[in-house]
Amino acid sequence: MDLDFIRLAVPTLAKGLGLTALLTLASVAVGFNLGLALAVMRLSKNRLVSGFAKGYSTVFRGTPLLVQLFLFYYGLGQLAFVRDNPVLWWIVGDGVHCAVMALALNTAAYTSEILRGGLMSIPGGLVEAAQACGMSRLLCFRRITFPLAIRQALPAYGNELVLVVKGTSLASTITVLEITGHAKRLMSQTFAILEVFAIAGVLYLLINLVLITLVRLLEARLTRYLPR
Amino acid sequence: MELGLWQVWEGGWIAAILRGAAVTIALGVASMAFGIVIGVACGLIKWARLFPLTLAVDFYTSIVRGVPELLIIYLLFFSSVEFVAQVAAAFGYEGLAGNGYAFVIAVIAIAAISGAYSTEVVRGALAAIPGGHVEAARALGIPGGRIFRRIIAPQMLRIAVPGMNNVWQTTIKDTALVSVVGLQELMRAASVGAGSTRSPFVFYFIAAVVYLAITLVSQGGFDWIERLLRPRTRK
Repeated sequence: MDLDFIRLAVPTLAKGLGLTALLTLASVAVGFNLGLALAVMRLSKNRLVSGFAKGYSTVFRGTPLLVQLFLFYYGLGQLAFVRDNPVLWWIVGDGVHCAVMALALNTAAYTSEILRGGLMSIPGGLVEAAQACGMSRLLCFRRITFPLAIRQALPAYGNELVLVVKGTSLASTITVLEITGHAKRLMSQTFAILEVFAIAGVLYLLINLVLITLVRLLEARLTRYLPR
Repeated sequence: MELGLWQVWEGGWIAAILRGAAVTIALGVASMAFGIVIGVACGLIKWARLFPLTLAVDFYTSIVRGVPELLIIYLLFFSSVEFVAQVAAAFGYEGLAGNGYAFVIAVIAIAAISGAYSTEVVRGALAAIPGGHVEAARALGIPGGRIFRRIIAPQMLRIAVPGMNNVWQTTIKDTALVSVVGLQELMRAASVGAGSTRSPFVFYFIAAVVYLAITLVSQGGFDWIERLLRPRTRK
Protein backbone atom coordinates (compact mmCIF):
# COMPACT_ATOMS: atom_id res chain seq x y z
CA MET A 1 0.00 0.00 0.00
CA ASP A 2 1.87 3.06 -1.17
CA LEU A 3 1.59 6.55 0.21
CA ASP A 4 0.59 8.19 -3.06
CA PHE A 5 -2.45 6.01 -3.32
CA ILE A 6 -3.55 6.84 0.21
CA ARG A 7 -3.14 10.51 -0.56
CA LEU A 8 -5.46 10.04 -3.53
CA ALA A 9 -8.02 7.73 -1.94
CA VAL A 10 -8.56 9.23 1.50
CA PRO A 11 -9.85 12.65 0.32
CA THR A 12 -12.09 10.96 -2.27
CA LEU A 13 -13.69 8.67 0.28
CA ALA A 14 -13.86 11.45 2.87
CA LYS A 15 -15.97 13.39 0.36
CA GLY A 16 -18.58 10.67 0.79
CA LEU A 17 -18.36 10.85 4.57
CA GLY A 18 -20.47 14.01 4.75
CA LEU A 19 -23.23 12.52 2.63
CA THR A 20 -23.27 9.29 4.64
CA ALA A 21 -23.60 11.35 7.84
CA LEU A 22 -26.34 13.47 6.27
CA LEU A 23 -28.29 10.42 5.10
CA THR A 24 -28.00 8.88 8.56
CA LEU A 25 -29.05 12.01 10.45
CA ALA A 26 -31.99 12.82 8.18
CA SER A 27 -33.38 9.29 8.13
CA VAL A 28 -32.93 8.81 11.88
CA ALA A 29 -34.63 12.15 12.59
CA VAL A 30 -37.65 11.17 10.50
CA GLY A 31 -37.56 7.47 11.35
CA PHE A 32 -37.42 7.93 15.12
CA ASN A 33 -40.55 10.08 15.24
CA LEU A 34 -42.37 7.81 12.84
CA GLY A 35 -41.28 4.80 14.88
CA LEU A 36 -42.48 6.41 18.10
CA ALA A 37 -45.87 7.10 16.54
CA LEU A 38 -46.07 3.50 15.29
CA ALA A 39 -45.10 2.12 18.70
CA VAL A 40 -47.88 4.13 20.37
CA MET A 41 -50.32 3.04 17.66
CA ARG A 42 -49.30 -0.56 18.17
CA LEU A 43 -50.31 -0.37 21.84
CA SER A 44 -53.62 1.30 21.03
CA LYS A 45 -56.82 -0.49 22.07
CA ASN A 46 -58.32 0.22 18.65
CA ARG A 47 -57.79 -2.97 16.65
CA LEU A 48 -57.63 -1.12 13.35
CA VAL A 49 -54.90 1.23 14.54
CA SER A 50 -52.78 -1.44 16.21
CA GLY A 51 -53.32 -3.76 13.24
CA PHE A 52 -52.01 -1.13 10.85
CA ALA A 53 -48.88 -0.62 12.96
CA LYS A 54 -48.33 -4.38 13.14
CA GLY A 55 -48.78 -4.81 9.39
CA TYR A 56 -46.43 -1.92 8.66
CA SER A 57 -43.72 -3.39 10.84
CA THR A 58 -44.16 -6.88 9.35
CA VAL A 59 -43.93 -5.63 5.77
CA PHE A 60 -40.95 -3.33 6.29
CA ARG A 61 -39.04 -5.80 8.43
CA GLY A 62 -39.87 -8.74 6.19
CA THR A 63 -38.50 -7.35 2.93
CA PRO A 64 -34.93 -6.32 2.11
CA LEU A 65 -34.09 -2.62 2.24
CA LEU A 66 -32.74 -2.90 -1.31
CA VAL A 67 -36.17 -3.97 -2.60
CA GLN A 68 -37.85 -1.10 -0.77
CA LEU A 69 -35.31 1.34 -2.17
CA PHE A 70 -35.75 0.12 -5.77
CA LEU A 71 -39.52 0.00 -5.41
CA PHE A 72 -39.58 3.65 -4.32
CA TYR A 73 -36.91 4.95 -6.68
CA TYR A 74 -37.66 3.06 -9.88
CA GLY A 75 -41.18 1.79 -9.18
CA LEU A 76 -42.86 4.96 -7.92
CA GLY A 77 -40.98 7.03 -10.50
CA GLN A 78 -42.85 5.09 -13.18
CA LEU A 79 -46.31 6.09 -11.98
CA ALA A 80 -47.84 9.11 -13.72
CA PHE A 81 -49.56 10.64 -10.69
CA VAL A 82 -46.27 10.62 -8.77
CA ARG A 83 -44.52 12.43 -11.59
CA ASP A 84 -47.26 15.00 -11.89
CA ASN A 85 -47.35 15.78 -8.18
CA PRO A 86 -44.50 18.20 -7.43
CA VAL A 87 -44.14 17.21 -3.77
CA LEU A 88 -44.03 13.48 -4.44
CA TRP A 89 -41.67 13.98 -7.35
CA TRP A 90 -39.37 16.06 -5.14
CA ILE A 91 -39.07 13.04 -2.85
CA VAL A 92 -38.91 10.24 -5.41
CA GLY A 93 -37.13 11.98 -8.27
CA ASP A 94 -33.88 12.64 -6.42
CA GLY A 95 -31.57 9.86 -5.25
CA VAL A 96 -30.71 11.42 -1.90
CA HIS A 97 -34.30 12.32 -1.02
CA CYS A 98 -35.53 8.90 -2.04
CA ALA A 99 -32.81 7.14 -0.04
CA VAL A 100 -33.70 9.19 3.04
CA MET A 101 -37.37 8.27 2.64
CA ALA A 102 -36.66 4.55 2.21
CA LEU A 103 -34.22 4.47 5.13
CA ALA A 104 -36.58 6.46 7.35
CA LEU A 105 -39.57 4.21 6.60
CA ASN A 106 -37.38 1.14 7.13
CA THR A 107 -35.83 2.24 10.41
CA ALA A 108 -39.25 3.40 11.65
CA ALA A 109 -40.42 -0.23 11.56
CA TYR A 110 -37.45 -1.46 13.60
CA THR A 111 -37.61 1.55 15.95
CA SER A 112 -41.28 0.91 16.61
CA GLU A 113 -40.49 -2.63 17.77
CA ILE A 114 -37.68 -1.39 20.04
CA LEU A 115 -39.79 1.40 21.55
CA ARG A 116 -42.77 -0.91 21.94
CA GLY A 117 -40.61 -3.13 24.13
CA GLY A 118 -39.63 -0.08 26.17
CA LEU A 119 -43.22 1.12 26.51
CA MET A 120 -44.46 -2.32 27.56
CA SER A 121 -41.80 -2.58 30.26
CA ILE A 122 -43.34 0.30 32.23
CA PRO A 123 -45.24 -0.88 35.32
CA GLY A 124 -48.97 -0.14 35.07
CA GLY A 125 -48.96 1.32 38.57
CA LEU A 126 -46.90 4.28 37.44
CA VAL A 127 -49.42 5.25 34.79
CA GLU A 128 -52.30 4.73 37.21
CA ALA A 129 -50.59 6.92 39.78
CA ALA A 130 -50.11 9.63 37.15
CA GLN A 131 -53.80 9.42 36.26
CA ALA A 132 -54.75 9.56 39.94
CA CYS A 133 -52.73 12.77 40.21
CA GLY A 134 -54.89 14.19 37.45
CA MET A 135 -52.29 14.23 34.69
CA SER A 136 -53.68 14.37 31.17
CA ARG A 137 -52.69 11.50 28.89
CA LEU A 138 -50.27 13.65 26.96
CA LEU A 139 -48.61 14.97 30.11
CA CYS A 140 -48.35 11.44 31.50
CA PHE A 141 -46.73 10.28 28.26
CA ARG A 142 -44.29 13.18 28.25
CA ARG A 143 -43.30 13.06 31.89
CA ILE A 144 -43.68 9.40 32.90
CA THR A 145 -44.01 6.89 30.06
CA PHE A 146 -41.65 8.26 27.43
CA PRO A 147 -38.59 9.01 29.62
CA LEU A 148 -38.78 5.56 31.20
CA ALA A 149 -39.36 3.80 27.88
CA ILE A 150 -36.47 5.53 26.15
CA ARG A 151 -34.13 4.65 29.01
CA GLN A 152 -35.11 1.00 28.64
CA ALA A 153 -34.84 0.99 24.86
CA LEU A 154 -31.62 2.96 24.42
CA PRO A 155 -29.11 0.07 24.20
CA ALA A 156 -31.18 -1.67 21.51
CA TYR A 157 -31.66 1.64 19.71
CA GLY A 158 -27.89 2.10 19.59
CA ASN A 159 -27.66 -1.12 17.57
CA GLU A 160 -30.38 0.13 15.26
CA LEU A 161 -28.40 3.33 14.64
CA VAL A 162 -25.43 1.24 13.50
CA LEU A 163 -27.77 -0.65 11.15
CA VAL A 164 -28.97 2.66 9.69
CA VAL A 165 -25.37 3.75 9.04
CA LYS A 166 -24.77 0.46 7.26
CA GLY A 167 -28.06 0.86 5.40
CA THR A 168 -26.97 4.20 3.93
CA SER A 169 -24.44 2.26 1.83
CA LEU A 170 -27.37 0.98 -0.26
CA ALA A 171 -27.99 4.54 -1.46
CA SER A 172 -24.97 3.99 -3.70
CA THR A 173 -27.13 1.64 -5.79
CA ILE A 174 -29.42 4.54 -6.75
CA THR A 175 -26.63 6.82 -7.94
CA VAL A 176 -25.90 8.54 -4.61
CA LEU A 177 -22.15 8.97 -4.17
CA GLU A 178 -21.61 8.43 -0.46
CA ILE A 179 -18.70 6.43 1.00
CA THR A 180 -19.61 3.11 -0.61
CA GLY A 181 -20.42 4.80 -3.93
CA HIS A 182 -17.01 6.43 -4.04
CA ALA A 183 -15.38 3.19 -2.84
CA LYS A 184 -16.94 1.19 -5.66
CA ARG A 185 -15.82 3.77 -8.18
CA LEU A 186 -12.27 3.77 -6.85
CA MET A 187 -12.17 -0.03 -6.80
CA SER A 188 -13.06 -0.25 -10.48
CA GLN A 189 -10.73 2.59 -11.44
CA THR A 190 -7.60 1.64 -9.51
CA PHE A 191 -8.05 -2.10 -8.83
CA ALA A 192 -6.61 -1.45 -5.35
CA ILE A 193 -9.56 -3.28 -3.85
CA LEU A 194 -8.28 -4.19 -0.42
CA GLU A 195 -6.82 -0.74 0.19
CA VAL A 196 -10.05 1.02 -0.73
CA PHE A 197 -12.03 -1.41 1.39
CA ALA A 198 -9.74 -0.78 4.36
CA ILE A 199 -10.03 3.02 4.13
CA ALA A 200 -13.80 2.97 3.61
CA GLY A 201 -14.17 0.41 6.39
CA VAL A 202 -12.21 2.59 8.81
CA LEU A 203 -14.48 5.54 7.98
CA TYR A 204 -17.59 3.48 8.71
CA LEU A 205 -16.10 2.10 11.91
CA LEU A 206 -15.29 5.67 12.98
CA ILE A 207 -18.89 6.80 12.43
CA ASN A 208 -20.20 3.81 14.33
CA LEU A 209 -17.73 4.36 17.16
CA VAL A 210 -18.83 7.98 17.53
CA LEU A 211 -22.50 6.99 17.51
CA ILE A 212 -22.06 4.18 20.03
CA THR A 213 -20.06 6.48 22.32
CA LEU A 214 -22.79 9.12 22.16
CA VAL A 215 -25.45 6.52 22.97
CA ARG A 216 -23.38 5.24 25.91
CA LEU A 217 -22.96 8.79 27.24
CA LEU A 218 -26.68 9.44 26.93
CA GLU A 219 -27.40 6.14 28.64
CA ALA A 220 -25.03 7.01 31.49
CA ARG A 221 -26.75 10.37 31.83
CA LEU A 222 -30.24 8.88 31.87
CA THR A 223 -29.28 6.28 34.48
CA ARG A 224 -27.20 8.61 36.64
CA TYR A 225 -29.43 7.87 39.65
CA LEU A 226 -28.12 4.29 39.68
CA PRO A 227 -25.15 3.42 41.91
CA ARG A 228 -22.01 2.58 39.98
CA MET B 1 -51.82 -0.84 -19.29
CA GLU B 2 -49.54 1.42 -17.37
CA LEU B 3 -48.29 -1.02 -14.78
CA GLY B 4 -47.56 -3.81 -17.24
CA LEU B 5 -49.14 -6.66 -15.30
CA TRP B 6 -49.98 -8.37 -18.57
CA GLN B 7 -46.36 -8.28 -19.74
CA VAL B 8 -45.29 -10.03 -16.56
CA TRP B 9 -47.62 -12.89 -17.36
CA GLU B 10 -47.06 -12.88 -21.12
CA GLY B 11 -43.28 -12.71 -21.07
CA GLY B 12 -42.86 -15.74 -18.82
CA TRP B 13 -41.39 -13.58 -16.07
CA ILE B 14 -43.22 -15.45 -13.34
CA ALA B 15 -41.06 -18.51 -14.00
CA ALA B 16 -37.90 -16.38 -13.98
CA ILE B 17 -38.87 -14.84 -10.65
CA LEU B 18 -39.66 -18.23 -9.12
CA ARG B 19 -36.30 -19.57 -10.35
CA GLY B 20 -34.70 -16.53 -8.77
CA ALA B 21 -36.55 -17.20 -5.54
CA ALA B 22 -35.20 -20.78 -5.53
CA VAL B 23 -31.65 -19.43 -5.91
CA THR B 24 -32.29 -16.94 -3.10
CA ILE B 25 -33.51 -19.69 -0.77
CA ALA B 26 -30.60 -21.99 -1.69
CA LEU B 27 -28.15 -19.14 -1.14
CA GLY B 28 -29.76 -18.24 2.18
CA VAL B 29 -29.78 -21.82 3.46
CA ALA B 30 -26.18 -22.55 2.39
CA SER B 31 -24.89 -19.28 3.86
CA MET B 32 -26.81 -19.82 7.08
CA ALA B 33 -25.42 -23.36 7.40
CA PHE B 34 -21.82 -22.20 6.96
CA GLY B 35 -22.58 -19.19 9.13
CA ILE B 36 -23.72 -21.44 11.96
CA VAL B 37 -20.52 -23.48 11.68
CA ILE B 38 -18.48 -20.26 11.88
CA GLY B 39 -20.70 -18.97 14.65
CA VAL B 40 -20.40 -22.07 16.84
CA ALA B 41 -16.63 -22.23 16.39
CA CYS B 42 -16.06 -18.52 17.04
CA GLY B 43 -18.68 -18.40 19.79
CA LEU B 44 -16.95 -21.23 21.64
CA ILE B 45 -13.58 -19.47 21.25
CA LYS B 46 -15.03 -16.25 22.63
CA TRP B 47 -16.80 -18.04 25.47
CA ALA B 48 -13.77 -20.11 26.50
CA ARG B 49 -11.42 -17.08 26.12
CA LEU B 50 -8.75 -19.00 24.19
CA PHE B 51 -6.30 -16.12 24.32
CA PRO B 52 -4.72 -15.41 20.93
CA LEU B 53 -7.77 -16.69 19.06
CA THR B 54 -10.23 -14.40 20.83
CA LEU B 55 -8.38 -11.40 19.41
CA ALA B 56 -8.83 -12.74 15.89
CA VAL B 57 -12.52 -13.46 16.49
CA ASP B 58 -13.11 -10.00 18.00
CA PHE B 59 -11.40 -8.44 15.00
CA TYR B 60 -13.55 -10.46 12.59
CA THR B 61 -16.90 -9.80 14.27
CA SER B 62 -16.34 -6.10 14.86
CA ILE B 63 -15.19 -5.51 11.28
CA VAL B 64 -18.05 -7.45 9.70
CA ARG B 65 -20.71 -6.03 12.00
CA GLY B 66 -19.46 -2.45 11.69
CA VAL B 67 -18.86 -2.21 7.95
CA PRO B 68 -21.75 -2.22 5.44
CA GLU B 69 -22.56 -5.60 3.93
CA LEU B 70 -22.42 -4.12 0.46
CA LEU B 71 -18.78 -3.11 0.94
CA ILE B 72 -17.86 -6.63 2.09
CA ILE B 73 -19.58 -8.10 -0.95
CA TYR B 74 -17.73 -5.69 -3.26
CA LEU B 75 -14.43 -6.64 -1.59
CA LEU B 76 -14.96 -10.37 -2.05
CA PHE B 77 -16.33 -10.17 -5.59
CA PHE B 78 -13.93 -7.66 -7.07
CA SER B 79 -10.83 -9.14 -5.47
CA SER B 80 -11.70 -12.68 -6.53
CA VAL B 81 -12.91 -12.04 -10.05
CA GLU B 82 -9.46 -11.57 -11.56
CA PHE B 83 -7.97 -14.48 -9.67
CA VAL B 84 -10.74 -16.83 -10.75
CA ALA B 85 -10.51 -15.66 -14.35
CA GLN B 86 -6.78 -16.44 -14.33
CA VAL B 87 -7.31 -19.90 -12.87
CA ALA B 88 -10.06 -20.60 -15.36
CA ALA B 89 -7.91 -19.37 -18.25
CA ALA B 90 -5.09 -21.65 -17.08
CA PHE B 91 -7.46 -24.59 -17.41
CA GLY B 92 -8.70 -23.39 -20.77
CA TYR B 93 -12.07 -21.93 -19.78
CA GLU B 94 -12.39 -18.39 -21.05
CA GLY B 95 -14.87 -16.05 -19.42
CA LEU B 96 -15.98 -18.22 -16.55
CA ALA B 97 -17.81 -15.49 -14.69
CA GLY B 98 -20.96 -17.58 -14.84
CA ASN B 99 -23.57 -18.32 -12.25
CA GLY B 100 -21.75 -21.15 -10.49
CA TYR B 101 -18.77 -19.03 -9.59
CA ALA B 102 -20.96 -16.09 -8.52
CA PHE B 103 -22.97 -18.42 -6.30
CA VAL B 104 -19.86 -19.73 -4.52
CA ILE B 105 -18.51 -16.24 -3.84
CA ALA B 106 -21.98 -15.12 -2.75
CA VAL B 107 -22.18 -17.99 -0.26
CA ILE B 108 -18.74 -17.07 1.12
CA ALA B 109 -19.70 -13.40 1.46
CA ILE B 110 -23.10 -13.94 3.06
CA ALA B 111 -21.79 -16.75 5.30
CA ALA B 112 -19.02 -14.46 6.57
CA ILE B 113 -21.64 -11.82 7.47
CA SER B 114 -24.11 -14.31 8.90
CA GLY B 115 -21.31 -16.03 10.86
CA ALA B 116 -20.33 -12.82 12.63
CA TYR B 117 -23.86 -12.34 13.93
CA SER B 118 -24.20 -16.04 14.80
CA THR B 119 -21.01 -15.77 16.85
CA GLU B 120 -22.62 -13.21 19.13
CA VAL B 121 -25.80 -15.29 19.43
CA VAL B 122 -23.86 -18.46 20.32
CA ARG B 123 -21.65 -16.59 22.78
CA GLY B 124 -24.71 -15.09 24.43
CA ALA B 125 -26.42 -18.48 24.62
CA LEU B 126 -23.31 -20.09 26.16
CA ALA B 127 -23.03 -17.27 28.69
CA ALA B 128 -26.68 -17.80 29.64
CA ILE B 129 -26.08 -21.40 30.76
CA PRO B 130 -25.83 -21.38 34.56
CA GLY B 131 -22.24 -22.06 35.65
CA GLY B 132 -23.52 -24.43 38.33
CA HIS B 133 -24.60 -26.95 35.69
CA VAL B 134 -21.06 -27.32 34.37
CA GLU B 135 -19.62 -27.41 37.88
CA ALA B 136 -22.10 -30.08 38.93
CA ALA B 137 -21.22 -32.20 35.88
CA ARG B 138 -17.54 -31.80 36.67
CA ALA B 139 -18.13 -32.77 40.29
CA LEU B 140 -19.79 -35.97 39.06
CA GLY B 141 -16.61 -36.75 37.13
CA ILE B 142 -18.18 -36.53 33.66
CA PRO B 143 -15.44 -36.08 31.04
CA GLY B 144 -15.20 -32.73 29.23
CA GLY B 145 -16.43 -33.93 25.83
CA ARG B 146 -19.53 -35.47 27.33
CA ILE B 147 -20.23 -32.36 29.42
CA PHE B 148 -20.30 -30.40 26.20
CA ARG B 149 -22.49 -32.94 24.40
CA ARG B 150 -24.96 -33.63 27.19
CA ILE B 151 -25.07 -30.42 29.27
CA ILE B 152 -23.83 -27.45 27.27
CA ALA B 153 -24.89 -28.15 23.67
CA PRO B 154 -28.58 -28.96 24.30
CA GLN B 155 -29.12 -25.89 26.49
CA MET B 156 -27.18 -23.68 24.11
CA LEU B 157 -29.34 -24.89 21.21
CA ARG B 158 -32.56 -24.05 23.01
CA ILE B 159 -31.42 -20.60 24.14
CA ALA B 160 -29.91 -19.73 20.76
CA VAL B 161 -33.01 -20.47 18.62
CA PRO B 162 -34.70 -17.03 18.92
CA GLY B 163 -31.41 -15.28 18.19
CA MET B 164 -30.75 -17.59 15.24
CA ASN B 165 -34.20 -16.72 13.93
CA ASN B 166 -33.13 -13.07 13.82
CA VAL B 167 -29.86 -14.00 12.11
CA TRP B 168 -31.74 -16.02 9.50
CA GLN B 169 -34.15 -13.16 8.76
CA THR B 170 -31.19 -10.80 8.27
CA THR B 171 -29.33 -13.38 6.18
CA ILE B 172 -32.18 -13.95 3.74
CA LYS B 173 -32.56 -10.18 3.34
CA ASP B 174 -28.79 -9.74 2.85
CA THR B 175 -28.88 -12.16 -0.09
CA ALA B 176 -30.66 -9.40 -2.05
CA LEU B 177 -27.43 -7.39 -1.96
CA VAL B 178 -25.62 -10.00 -4.05
CA SER B 179 -27.84 -9.01 -6.98
CA VAL B 180 -25.72 -5.88 -7.47
CA VAL B 181 -22.78 -8.03 -8.56
CA GLY B 182 -24.89 -10.09 -10.92
CA LEU B 183 -25.95 -13.38 -9.35
CA GLN B 184 -29.28 -14.42 -10.87
CA GLU B 185 -31.29 -14.51 -7.66
CA LEU B 186 -34.73 -13.12 -6.88
CA MET B 187 -33.75 -9.46 -6.79
CA ARG B 188 -31.66 -9.73 -9.95
CA ALA B 189 -34.49 -11.51 -11.77
CA ALA B 190 -36.81 -8.66 -10.78
CA SER B 191 -34.26 -6.07 -11.92
CA VAL B 192 -33.82 -7.76 -15.29
CA GLY B 193 -37.57 -7.99 -15.73
CA ALA B 194 -38.01 -4.37 -14.67
CA GLY B 195 -35.38 -3.28 -17.16
CA SER B 196 -36.66 -5.15 -20.18
CA THR B 197 -40.40 -4.54 -19.72
CA ARG B 198 -39.96 -1.00 -18.36
CA SER B 199 -42.41 -1.61 -15.60
CA PRO B 200 -40.25 -1.62 -12.46
CA PHE B 201 -43.16 -1.05 -10.07
CA VAL B 202 -44.79 -4.43 -10.70
CA PHE B 203 -41.53 -6.35 -10.67
CA TYR B 204 -40.16 -4.89 -7.45
CA PHE B 205 -43.57 -5.23 -5.87
CA ILE B 206 -43.66 -8.92 -6.76
CA ALA B 207 -40.12 -9.33 -5.43
CA ALA B 208 -41.16 -7.70 -2.15
CA VAL B 209 -44.14 -10.03 -1.86
CA VAL B 210 -41.96 -13.10 -2.47
CA TYR B 211 -39.42 -11.97 0.13
CA LEU B 212 -42.23 -11.33 2.58
CA ALA B 213 -43.62 -14.82 1.92
CA ILE B 214 -40.19 -16.37 2.55
CA THR B 215 -39.68 -14.49 5.83
CA LEU B 216 -43.21 -15.18 7.08
CA VAL B 217 -43.04 -18.89 6.31
CA SER B 218 -39.62 -19.24 7.96
CA GLN B 219 -40.88 -17.27 10.96
CA GLY B 220 -43.56 -19.92 11.35
CA GLY B 221 -40.91 -22.64 11.05
CA PHE B 222 -38.79 -21.09 13.79
CA ASP B 223 -41.83 -20.73 16.06
CA TRP B 224 -42.44 -24.45 15.56
CA ILE B 225 -38.81 -25.35 16.39
CA GLU B 226 -38.97 -23.17 19.48
CA ARG B 227 -42.08 -24.98 20.70
CA LEU B 228 -40.40 -28.31 19.95
CA LEU B 229 -37.33 -27.46 22.03
CA ARG B 230 -39.22 -26.03 24.97
CA PRO B 231 -38.39 -28.06 28.08
CA ARG B 232 -41.19 -30.45 29.01
CA THR B 233 -41.84 -30.26 32.70
CA ARG B 234 -43.45 -33.09 34.60
CA LYS B 235 -46.97 -32.34 35.76
